Amino acid sequence: MVGIVLVSHSRKIVEGIKELASQMSKDAPVALAGGTDDDRLGTDITKISSAIHDVYSDDGVLVFFDMGSAYMNAQMALDFLEEDSSKVEIVDAAFVEGAITAIVDSGLNKSMDEIKADIASMKLGKMP
Amino acid sequence: MAELNQLIGALNHAADVIEENKQHLTELDGAIGDGDHGINMSRGFSFVKKTLDEGGFQTPADLFKKSGMALVAHVGGASGPLFGTAFLRASMALKDKTEINSEDYISILKAAAEGIKMRGKSQAGEKTMLDALIPAYEAGETALSQGKDTQEVLQAVKAAARTGATDTEKLVAKKGRSSYLGERSLGHQDPGAASTALILGAIADYFAAL
Repeated sequence: MVGIVLVSHSRKIVEGIKELASQMSKDAPVALAGGTDDDRLGTDITKISSAIHDVYSDDGVLVFFDMGSAYMNAQMALDFLEEDSSKVEIVDAAFVEGAITAIVDSGLNKSMDEIKADIASMKLGKMP
Repeated sequence: MAELNQLIGALNHAADVIEENKQHLTELDGAIGDGDHGINMSRGFSFVKKTLDEGGFQTPADLFKKSGMALVAHVGGASGPLFGTAFLRASMALKDKTEINSEDYISILKAAAEGIKMRGKSQAGEKTMLDALIPAYEAGETALSQGKDTQEVLQAVKAAARTGATDTEKLVAKKGRSSYLGERSLGHQDPGAASTALILGAIADYFAAL
């Protein structure tokens, strides 16, 4: 199953999205990277790397992010990843809707490409 | 200009200056951003100091690489990946040099600016740290071409960075949290440009006092 990583400045945001998605799907591998390691608002490359590591498989990993430094830190996490980063993709999508769609899709055993097609209409132009 | 132990001294001094200006940077960020720049930078540079204390650096490149990773891992805001990338690009530009001269200093500032442009998909005039860093290395290049000595080059960099940071008051933010405010960002100094000017100023002051 495709792993789903949620990166946000806020721990509560990613926990909330996971909670919301779990009403529909409890099967998908979901890992959270919300807030900094000292629990402030912000994003943390170490948390993102370990979240990717937790849900990594040959099926691939999709990384959703909220804004600003979340994207830059996700990119840096990929630059330094121990795993094969070609199987890990950061996606541009409305955070809540995109992540929930992907979590449900992954639970239905859809592939990376199928999930990406399902969320294609949710782009926000967050990845210039 | 500098061997390894002097670079350690200069970065330690920069970290102290960031700590002293923590409140000021947070106030700048509070006006047009999310109000955490001072805290984030102070935290990031406290880990840089820790890295410097641990030592064991092979080369200046190694020093910049480890300091950059400390910033990437501990700043928390957008400044983490941006300053982190700047330090990592500086490291790459230095390769296996054992000491750096004023030409090297300007080259690493230029490499750092290129790294920030790449990471932030940004350019000059968008009210970011680049608006301090780009005029700083350009002033350094001019000073070098006029045959100025190391102290003069460092002072030219410091002065241009300071002016560049102040002049961000005239710019409308195009990147980061302040871009949400648009025209309302006018009249305020960009906190990232301000901290860039503080760091470059601290480096110049450190070498002037040697």
